[in-house]
Amino acid sequence: MIRSVVAALTLFGGLFAAPILAQQSMPPAPYAYVQLEDPVLEAEATELMETLRCLKCQSQSINDSDAPMAGDMRHQVRSRILAGESPTQIRSWLVERYGDYVSYEPEVSSTTWPLFAIPLLLLGVVALILLRRLGKRRSETGGHS
Amino acid sequence: MIAELGLAALWLSTALAVLQMISGALGLRSGAGAQFAIYARPAAVVQAFLAVLAFFLLLYAFAVTDLSIKLVATNSHSAKPFIYKLTGTWGNHEGSMLLWVGVLALSGGLLAGLERRLPEKTMSATLAVQGFVALGFYSFLLLSSNPFERLPVPAIEGGGLNPLLQDIGLAIHPPTLYVGYVGLSVAFSLAMGALITREVNPNFAKVLRPWVLGAWVFLTFGITAGSYWAYYELGWGGWWFWDPVENASLMPWLAATALLHSVSVLAARDALRTWTIMLGVLAFSMSMLGTFLVRSGVLTSVHAFAVDPERGSFILALLGLYIGGALVIFAMRAGSISEGKRFTATSREGALVFNNVMLSAILAIVLLGTLYPLLTEAFDVRVSVGPPYFNPAGAIFAIPMFLVMAIGPLLRWKDDKPARIQFELAALAAVVIAVIALVAILGDYSVLAVLGLALSIALAIAALLPLRGRNIRRVPVATWGMICAHFGVAVALFGMASESAFTSEKLAAVAPGDSVEVAGWNIEMASVDPVAGPNWTAIEARILAARGDEEPTVLGPQSRNFWSPPQPTSESALITRWDGQLYVVIGDQAGVDANGNNRWQLRVWWKPFVTFIWYGGLLVAFGGILSIAGRVRVDLKRRNAVAMGKVRREDMDALAEGDAIDGANGSSGGSQDGPIPEPAE
Repeated sequence: MIRSVVAALTLFGGLFAAPILAQQSMPPAPYAYVQLEDPVLEAEATELMETLRCLKCQSQSINDSDAPMAGDMRHQVRSRILAGESPTQIRSWLVERYGDYVSYEPEVSSTTWPLFAIPLLLLGVVALILLRRLGKRRSETGGHS
Repeated sequence: MIAELGLAALWLSTALAVLQMISGALGLRSGAGAQFAIYARPAAVVQAFLAVLAFFLLLYAFAVTDLSIKLVATNSHSAKPFIYKLTGTWGNHEGSMLLWVGVLALSGGLLAGLERRLPEKTMSATLAVQGFVALGFYSFLLLSSNPFERLPVPAIEGGGLNPLLQDIGLAIHPPTLYVGYVGLSVAFSLAMGALITREVNPNFAKVLRPWVLGAWVFLTFGITAGSYWAYYELGWGGWWFWDPVENASLMPWLAATALLHSVSVLAARDALRTWTIMLGVLAFSMSMLGTFLVRSGVLTSVHAFAVDPERGSFILALLGLYIGGALVIFAMRAGSISEGKRFTATSREGALVFNNVMLSAILAIVLLGTLYPLLTEAFDVRVSVGPPYFNPAGAIFAIPMFLVMAIGPLLRWKDDKPARIQFELAALAAVVIAVIALVAILGDYSVLAVLGLALSIALAIAALLPLRGRNIRRVPVATWGMICAHFGVAVALFGMASESAFTSEKLAAVAPGDSVEVAGWNIEMASVDPVAGPNWTAIEARILAARGDEEPTVLGPQSRNFWSPPQPTSESALITRWDGQLYVVIGDQAGVDANGNNRWQLRVWWKPFVTFIWYGGLLVAFGGILSIAGRVRVDLKRRNAVAMGKVRREDMDALAEGDAIDGANGSSGGSQDGPIPEPAE
């Protein structure tokens, strides 16, 4: 009785699992869903994975995605961290391979400099506005009183 | 019939928007045309009724799954649960634009129907602008996104709704967000109306304030709800990712937050006139920009947008027209509006100006980070801008803002001496330093998380400081609103910092009977069973989670497979405690263990105080509600007092006359209102 229920359940489960398995013909890479033993290394890996884009998804990091490619990339990151590479090295390796698009952390380059120049400019504008609005007022009222 | 009625209602609304626009514009003239101004208000009210009717007709079509309508056939399915049939109405482009336009018309109708405090000319100009804006979006809907289009042959079955959207979140998040987005159109129209008729003054600010506050409350609530929805629905525990769609909702919120503070200064002190107008234009511009980003398809791919640019360029043209037009009027009028009353840097106005500038700077950073990748993509250079950019760049301006926000409410209007509040300043500085030191001793956390924790605690204390030395029962309701909202910001900030600093994660492949440990929790997987819903099948894990020695709580996370459209989703299971949330997700099958049992991927997080993010958001929204209630109450009281004073004066005059002439019909003016109390302050 119990045996047949179990058999039915596995059959049932198997049926439903079939489409998923068909989508990903290969099992996920070992470190796709397995953490590193060392919590310090794992924290390093997580921090890096949170800032790498899952290239097959829309606006998700590889740390937040079930896509097979994200799993493969997590495996890459974890095994490289385990092998002693630094997060910076891994990021540049991935950028070399997939382009700037893979990293959510833009670096100053010929294509991204406005991302850094404009905030600096903004700082200047903000300082100017505040000086004009608040600085001058003070001296004026100071003069009046 | 239903679809045709809906379409007719939309066309009629469009015609009424034209009438409203022309009639309002004629109201600005002093000649014979001015008499036509009387049509503007009724046109807006009837239009609101018709546009909302059109929306309800589409809602009905979705409720009965009318598969002869193209939109229903593409986006709905007869086997979908009823609630998702309804919410699916706005889970697509055309339907959500109809909701947008419906809310736009409704805000216009409410404005026209309720607002009697402004000079008639200003009101005419405002309604003309509101009609002009509405006209643009009606045209967009009717010309490029008709929701009521029929199919030549009715479909046999619908295409279904994206499973991620089949959640109660879709019932709450988009409608509230849209009310906030589009409610800002009223702020825009009022700002334009006041600018055109040169009526930028405290009276105008008092009229503007409840509309801004109302829209802002809905925006705050909508963003909070959206964040929680993404958190539990996407299955990875993220609550904010600086995704362009999220940014599209944050930008109007930042502008509206700056606007409502600026409006308060204008209302209380008659200062910051041009600022307020500028922010009114900016806030609605950000709403329209958000709509463009989300609705044009430009986010999926700039190139897809370039191939089929009809909708995108339509909204872009509207955006250019309204923002450009507003800026032209602003440029023409700015010279004639003086800046208003003066104040020093160390005054409450000074603090508010500082934070307005900081909010605008944060807005500029978010705008830059959101638009820049789209810009480069057009030139085939693909870059990603994410949390590592937004967090520090935003923090440059957010940290000074939080500091000033802590002390601003303690300062007096116009001019104050910092020495007066030196005790409070010293206490807050001590709190910040103590928390930073404490957290730094406890462990190695990111700089921003530590600063966030320290600032949140200081802010929470500072939010309550305005109550010091006051009789609690005599604090005005609007002041409670401010305290509540500022406290809410502190609570949310605490949740964000705590989540990013202290989250523990555990990923494991477990077979039934196995258990994992995370942050003092013991999580045992009891069994995994197949289950089925109306339009999905799933495997559901039975999880027993217990912290310490307590009784285990049973959780049932699911990994679902929807069949129309085919897509897997993760249904997370949560345990909420006062100090955080346990978040459990079951993933795919992961091979077999040594005994031949199937193993499943299990993801578990313990997120300390993560719920504070959304409690904080709710507190902020509730603060806004209190503020509206307080302002409206004071305003009604004052208006009653003024009206009663007037009646009383008339009575006195009549009595005086009556004494002289007759004396019998003296009190006729006041008899309807009963006894007349002294005009109250």
